[in-house]
Amino acid sequence: MDPKTKDLWVFIETDENGDAVPVGLELLNPGRELADKQGGKLVAAVIGKDVDKAVEAAGKHGADQVIVIDGDEYKDYTTDAYSKALYYLVDKYAPTTMMVGATPLGRDLAPRVSSRLQTGLTADCTSVDIDEDTGNIAWTRPAFGGNLMATILCPDHRPQIGTVRPGVFKKGEEVENKAEVIKEDFHVAPEDIRTKILEVIQEEGGAGVDLQGAEYIVSGGRGVGSAEGFKVIEDLADALGGVVGSSRAAVDNGWITHAHQVGQTGKTVGPKIYIACGISGAIQHVAGIGSSDMIIAINKDPEAPIFNVADYGIVGDLFEVVPALTEAVKKEKGLA
Amino acid sequence: MNVLVCVKQVPDTTEIKIDPVTNTLIRKGVPSIVNPFDGYALEAAARLKDKDPDINITVVSMGPEAAKEALKECLAVAADDAYLVSGRGFGGSDTLATSYILSEAIKKIEEEKGVKFDAIFCGKQAIDGDTAQVGPEIAEHFDYPQVTYGLTCEATDGKDGLVVVQEGDGDTKKIEVPYPCLVTFTKPSFEPRYPTIKRKLAARKKPINVIGEEDLPNIDKSKIGLKGSPTRVKKTFVPEKREAGLIINEEEAVDSVNKLVDELKKIKAL
Repeated sequence: MDPKTKDLWVFIETDENGDAVPVGLELLNPGRELADKQGGKLVAAVIGKDVDKAVEAAGKHGADQVIVIDGDEYKDYTTDAYSKALYYLVDKYAPTTMMVGATPLGRDLAPRVSSRLQTGLTADCTSVDIDEDTGNIAWTRPAFGGNLMATILCPDHRPQIGTVRPGVFKKGEEVENKAEVIKEDFHVAPEDIRTKILEVIQEEGGAGVDLQGAEYIVSGGRGVGSAEGFKVIEDLADALGGVVGSSRAAVDNGWITHAHQVGQTGKTVGPKIYIACGISGAIQHVAGIGSSDMIIAINKDPEAPIFNVADYGIVGDLFEVVPALTEAVKKEKGLA
Repeated sequence: MNVLVCVKQVPDTTEIKIDPVTNTLIRKGVPSIVNPFDGYALEAAARLKDKDPDINITVVSMGPEAAKEALKECLAVAADDAYLVSGRGFGGSDTLATSYILSEAIKKIEEEKGVKFDAIFCGKQAIDGDTAQVGPEIAEHFDYPQVTYGLTCEATDGKDGLVVVQEGDGDTKKIEVPYPCLVTFTKPSFEPRYPTIKRKLAARKKPINVIGEEDLPNIDKSKIGLKGSPTRVKKTFVPEKREAGLIINEEEAVDSVNKLVDELKKIKAL
């Protein structure tokens, strides 16, 4: 497809309340600079039900234009309705680049739309830039479990599309909303939506685990040893006003739910302080914590690889160190 | 009912190390395995077959001759028939080209077997590329409905589709999808089955059917291989390492914590 424009699009995912999920707004931040370098507009594409708040938020985060599809059929995500709607928009407006958050929704939707457009897609990027030699977008992503990084170009097909991990970019400062809003009346017939959501089961302790928005994350790994062991982790997280994370080992052992998992197959996080307790520091875990401002590791094994990436490390039994740290934090905060 | 499971042979990425001198992957001595997520897809098919023994399970893999080993393993675990899609011209394909080749091969397998697959199962992603794209892209080629991030599935009461339990962000959903459909699977709470000795021996004798370029005469050559791939790898590099910082190792935990708190206060992090 020939791009009619030099515009850069950010797909804004919305939740069931019509609010923008954070990653869309995060992507508008690097999107601004990339759009300027490409010499086109920064456009937010919003799909959902009653999405006025998301449209407003996109404008406040720097979009020049917001294109909206709003309808009952978009309240809950379905591959069929969303892929038809997004394809319709991209086909009509022909941007040169599109970024989509690499959430479960984004990673379900983007490959359907990119293959319908017969164009290239780069998944799960952790960095997005302009390739100086060609002017294409340089999509950089981890591969081989985070052991290797690869920079991918899509030279001859447009739009060039990538999904970008939540938490890699931070939201920009809010600006005056000057966005032009275009409402597209596009609907999908019920018989064209082939999947049906029968039931939504909230995971116990799963909802509201906002790892990606957290300023402090206290994570437990294999060294925590049991579900009960996570009590000390929770106490420290509570004292800091933070969120509990975990390594894959803890999830695989059934001590904590997948919603808490940090790393290559979990969430990428970027808190002010990340405290890894009883986590050895496999590359798959380290791949998810690289954008943390500070990493503190607590592990009884002085040889644990986590100490190679930690700003501060305490060698010791986490069941002694973590409660002591909790007390110290409470004391500093004047709570004890 | 006919189920097709797509599998990929991958290096065990948990065994991969980086050569500290050349900064390249050391693949020597790294075992090749069936991509674990594809194993979960095969297990999901096997569980359907546990309930309905008439189900036929076919596995397909695109890759070099060596990928036959992965297919043999799938035959030993649960599959009835196996196909390898292999050809020089397929090399260098990105996900879009791969999904196109696989779709054409799937049509060929359907023709040979004289059936239509009711469900195509894939792993959520392969652990070497981690793209999670080939499944949905195959679904797009067939215009099938899809469910990604499946944990388990069972046939609907009317046996005209599947009810898939889908892993979400803090929730799980039960989603009904009619046949024909494509489902990708992630790690469930149970371990997939191991092959029995009997099945292992039987698998050794089973042929692996090979589909080469010559078997797909109508394939659009401009859409396969490196040349037919919209994306290009510009470069690969080893991720930047963070520097190791201050290690505190006092006799008493309280002393270590106090030292840490002092350090954090110095830089006003607390």
